[in-house]
Amino acid sequence: MDCVVTGGNVKVLAKAILSLSRIGDELYVEPQDDGLALRSVNSSRSAYGCFLFAPLFFTRYTIPNGQDFRCKMAIKSVQAVFRSLASLEKTVEKCHIELDKKKNRLTFTLHCKHGLLKTHNLSFQDSESLQAVFDKESYANVFRAQPRLLADTVVHFPSSLDEVTMSVNDDRMWFRNHVEDEAELSKAMQTELCLASDEFDHFAVRAHNSVTFCLKELRGLLVFAESANLPISIYFDEPGSPVVLSVTDSVLEGNFVLATLSDDSHQRKDNTRRAQTPPPPPPDDFMNDDIDSYLIAMDTSMAPGPSSAGPPTPPLAKSTYSKQPVAAYHRTRIHSEEEEEEKEETDDSDRPPNKKFCSLFFGSVLPPSSQMSTQPVTNQEVLASDSEDDTQAE
Amino acid sequence: MKFRGKIIDVSCLNHFTRVVTTISKLTKLCVLRLTPDHLFFVLSGKVANGGVSMWCELSQANFFDEYQMEGVSSEDNEICLEVTPENLSRALKTVQNAKSVKVKLTKKHCPCLTIAAELPTLSSISRVVTHDVPVNVIPRRLWHEFKEPSMPDFDVSIYLPPLKTMKSVVDRMKNLSNFLVIEANLNGQMNLKIETDLVSVTTHFKDLGNPPWGEDASQEDSASQSRDPETMAEARVDIRRLQQFLMGQQVNPSKAMCNIVCQRVVHLILLHEDVSLQYFIPAVA
Repeated sequence: MDCVVTGGNVKVLAKAILSLSRIGDELYVEPQDDGLALRSVNSSRSAYGCFLFAPLFFTRYTIPNGQDFRCKMAIKSVQAVFRSLASLEKTVEKCHIELDKKKNRLTFTLHCKHGLLKTHNLSFQDSESLQAVFDKESYANVFRAQPRLLADTVVHFPSSLDEVTMSVNDDRMWFRNHVEDEAELSKAMQTELCLASDEFDHFAVRAHNSVTFCLKELRGLLVFAESANLPISIYFDEPGSPVVLSVTDSVLEGNFVLATLSDDSHQRKDNTRRAQTPPPPPPDDFMNDDIDSYLIAMDTSMAPGPSSAGPPTPPLAKSTYSKQPVAAYHRTRIHSEEEEEEKEETDDSDRPPNKKFCSLFFGSVLPPSSQMSTQPVTNQEVLASDSEDDTQAE
Repeated sequence: MKFRGKIIDVSCLNHFTRVVTTISKLTKLCVLRLTPDHLFFVLSGKVANGGVSMWCELSQANFFDEYQMEGVSSEDNEICLEVTPENLSRALKTVQNAKSVKVKLTKKHCPCLTIAAELPTLSSISRVVTHDVPVNVIPRRLWHEFKEPSMPDFDVSIYLPPLKTMKSVVDRMKNLSNFLVIEANLNGQMNLKIETDLVSVTTHFKDLGNPPWGEDASQEDSASQSRDPETMAEARVDIRRLQQFLMGQQVNPSKAMCNIVCQRVVHLILLHEDVSLQYFIPAVA
C-alpha cells in the first residue's frame, strides 16, 4: 500500500481518525480497490464507524495486487501522527502513507513547510476485516441535516450525558436525555429539544418511533462533519435496530452505526413472546442484554486469526469460517446456544445495569476480497437482533 | 403556588446566568426564595457546608420582563425551593442566544423549575428547548432557616482589593497551606497570611479604604471608632472556602467589602447595582 494525501485532505483524514477515536481504541486499516477504509468499533460492539476514502481522495493510491492486506493499530498512535490538528492545515503539505513490508511497519511521512519531514513508523497487527452489517436504505426514517443543526442540538445536553432519545412524528423531531432509572428522575435534569422538519434538508418519516442511542459517537461524527462541512444523514427504524449516521461527498463516505436501546418495548415483546413460544424462560432472563452473547459469537470467529500465519489461503478460510456467514446473516441456532450457556454462567449482577443496547452484528469473516467492501451490504438483514428473534427463528 | 417569569432582554439573561453560575460555584445545593419583588439564593450555615452561609438578593424587576408569582398563601406570599444551582446554570448557559426564556414552576414527574427557551432558527418555526430542573418545595415550617442573616458585629470593615489579584494570591497560598489568616485594620490595610512549619507568607494590601457604615451600624461604629486604626482584626479560615468564593466570581461587582469579626467570621459582601451577594466564612481555631 502506498498513498499520498495532499493539502486540505490531510486535515480531513486527521479529523476522520479523530472522530473514529471517539468510538474505539483501535483503528482498522484496509486498503481496498474502491479506496482506503478506516474503521473502528467500541469494546461492547455497540458502536461502529467506518470511513471510506475513494482513490480520487488521494493524489496517489496504489494497493498491492492480489494480496490482501489489512491491519489494526492503536488509534492513539495514529492520532499522534496528526497531533496539533489546528496547525496541521498550515504546516503539512503532504502526507505519505506506506506499508514497509520488511520492517512490518506502516509509515506515515508528513512533508511539512521548510522541507521538514516527520516520519512515524507504526507497528500494527494483522486483523480480520471488520464490517458491520446494516442496510440503511431499508430504514423507515431518513433525515439529512447540516452539521450546525445537530451541533446546536447536542450542545444543550451535558457532556456527561450518555444517551439521548430521538423521536419523530410527521413534522417534528425531538431529542430528550435518556434517564435510566426512575429514581434518578427526581434528581436529574430533563432536557428536551424540538426541531421542526423544515430545519432539515431532508425529512422523511414512515414510522413514528423513538430510539435511544449514545451521544458520544454522534458528537464524534459531528467533529468531522463540521470541519468538512458535510451534511449528516440519519437513518433509523425501530428501537433495537441501529441508527446509521452518514456523511458523503464525491471522494469519501463515512458511516457510523450506533446500537439503540431496545428496552422501550420490552413489555410488548415480553407479552408476544409468551404467546408465541411455548417454553418461555423467566422474563428476567429474557431481558438480559445480549451484548455478551454476541461478543462470544465474534470472539470465536476471531480466535483462529491469521495473524501469525499470514493471509490464509482461500480454502482454509472457507473451512475455518464456514459458520460465519450463516451466523452473521441469519440469526441461527449457534447464537442462541452460546447465549444460553452464557446466561447460565453469568450472574445478573455482573452485567451492566439496565443497558439493553443491542450489539451490532458483524460479518467478521475473511471472505474473498471482492465481496468485502465498505459499501453497506445491501439486501441483508438489518443487524442487532435481540433474543426474541433468535428463539422465534427456531 | 405559582411562578412564571420571562426574560427577553439578552443582557438581562446574560446577567442572570452569571449570577446563577456564581452561586453554582459556591454551593451544590441552595434555597431559592421567590417573593413578589425579589429572588433570593440562600445557603444557611450548617455544619454540612462547613458552616458557610450565603445570601444573594436580586431584584426581579431588573431581570424579568414578566414576573408572576403566587405564594403559599396571601400572608406568606413566598415560594421556597431547594435547587441545584449548577443545573440552573447549565440550562441557562445553553440558551444564551434565545429570543426569550421562560422560567416556570411546573409539576412534571416531580416539582420542577422549567426553563423553556425559544431559540432563533432560519425556518419559520422556532426551535424550543426545555430544561426541567427538579426542585424540592420547602414546607413553611422550615422557612425560618432561610431568613436574611443579620449584619455581624464586626471589628473591622474594609474594601477588598481587585478580586482577580486576590484570587491569584490565594491560589498560590493554597498550594502551601490549608488555612489562611485574613486580617485588616481601620487604616485601609489588609494582609493575607499563611503560616506553616516551613514557611510564612504574607501579602500586604494598603490604601484599600474602610467603608463608612451609616447610622444603622452605629453600635459597631462606636466600637470601631474607639479602636486603634493600626490594630489588626484577624480570622483564620479554611482557604478552600475563600478560594471558592473568589473562583466562582462572575458578577463584576461595583463594590466588594469584607467585614471581620475577630476570630469568629469573615463576612464578604459584593454589591452590583441590582445584585448583592453576602458570603460568611466561619473562622477556625
